[in-house]
Amino acid sequence: MHIDWGALGTVFVVSLVVVVALCGLFAVGVRGLSARVAAREAGVQGTAGLTTAVLCFAVCTAVIGYGVYLIVG
Amino acid sequence: MDFSLIVIVVILASLAFDFTNGFHDTANAMATSIATGALKPRVAVSISAVLNLVGAFLSIQVAKTISGGLVNEAKITPVVIFAGLAGAIVWNLLTWLFGLPSSSSHALFGGLIGATWIAAGASAVNFTQVVQKVLIPAVASPLLAGFVAMIGTVMVYKITAALRQDVVSKSFKTGQVLSASLVSLAHGTNDAQKTMGVITLTLITSGSLAPGSSPPLWVILASGLAIAAGTYSGGWRIIQTAGKKITDIRTPQGFAAETSSAVTILASSHLGFALSTTRVTSGGIIGSGIGRKLAEVRWGVAGRMAVAWLLTLPATALVGAVASKVSSWGTAGTTLVGVLLVVVALGIYLWSRRSPVTPDDVTESAAPAAAIA
Repeated sequence: MHIDWGALGTVFVVSLVVVVALCGLFAVGVRGLSARVAAREAGVQGTAGLTTAVLCFAVCTAVIGYGVYLIVG
Repeated sequence: MDFSLIVIVVILASLAFDFTNGFHDTANAMATSIATGALKPRVAVSISAVLNLVGAFLSIQVAKTISGGLVNEAKITPVVIFAGLAGAIVWNLLTWLFGLPSSSSHALFGGLIGATWIAAGASAVNFTQVVQKVLIPAVASPLLAGFVAMIGTVMVYKITAALRQDVVSKSFKTGQVLSASLVSLAHGTNDAQKTMGVITLTLITSGSLAPGSSPPLWVILASGLAIAAGTYSGGWRIIQTAGKKITDIRTPQGFAAETSSAVTILASSHLGFALSTTRVTSGGIIGSGIGRKLAEVRWGVAGRMAVAWLLTLPATALVGAVASKVSSWGTAGTTLVGVLLVVVALGIYLWSRRSPVTPDDVTESAAPAAAIA
């Protein structure tokens, strides 16, 4: 019996890295969003928070776009 | 095109299987989104149904083998396919009745193995392939996806712990909808292809289509519509289990679980180690339950799922074998199996009406114990 440990290992490592990156980015984006909401309530602009959020969500969207490309392609 | 009775029966059984595949697997993509309230139940199944239909048209990779090399394809006759489908349909309906997520592909494989075994002997079954393509992925899928989802959940909670929870909850709901849609699309491109492959190969074996033909448009349309209709009809019993019974899911967990499922499914299908979608998503949910502090994973439910997974192959093989034996008596046998299949399906449906699970039972607010994220 032959188990393709190499392929299984690759799937595991790639999944883990991408999930950690996506979850991390998204969470940091949410942190930015939360900072902005708090800043606005305090009467400040909160641009830094918004910038972080937009950047993070943009990268997440790009990764999802790549996923759709993989599915369709 | 001139269809013999058995070909018509196989096409009908394929579409019926496709339908059960749809309602069985809605939970994979949508259970956590529904449970956290990110999507209303009806909206969730509608999105999933549309994406499954779109997926059926998107992919050009139609399954080129019926069994993926598990059995000697030369020994597969329409009768064997029909018997295999019968086993898979019965199993899908039974596991649905008990609200257990279970892999439709493995059910189909099991049915085909049993049917081929009876029709052409044990030598026609490639047991090494069975271990490699079914048993190992069955164990690896939930473990791998579970671990990945656990790490994702831990991270998400670490980063967002001190934040305003209203913003957190809202953001993750949006993220969850996106990742769940990705799972649905990936599912549509995979699972509808399977049915198309089965129908097309049956048409080729019976001489209605030239060898090597792509599926005719009506086959693509019918398969896509059958899986979409199944998806839309909901399979609320399984959604309830996946979304609420395994663990109480909050939005960040739902996001982590869905993202892990989508990524793992895509990685597995593009890096050459096939994993089972159902087991990946179930593993993801369990992992997200382990990853959140104080979240309780109900291991009894997880254990029942594991038992169902262990039984999938032998149980479907048994039904497939019996159906294959009876069908081999000729037209009368095939008709008898068809009639029995309809009777069993009706019986299971009527049984399910005794304790119906509706869209109202699968949301957050339905359980007083479920906490709001």
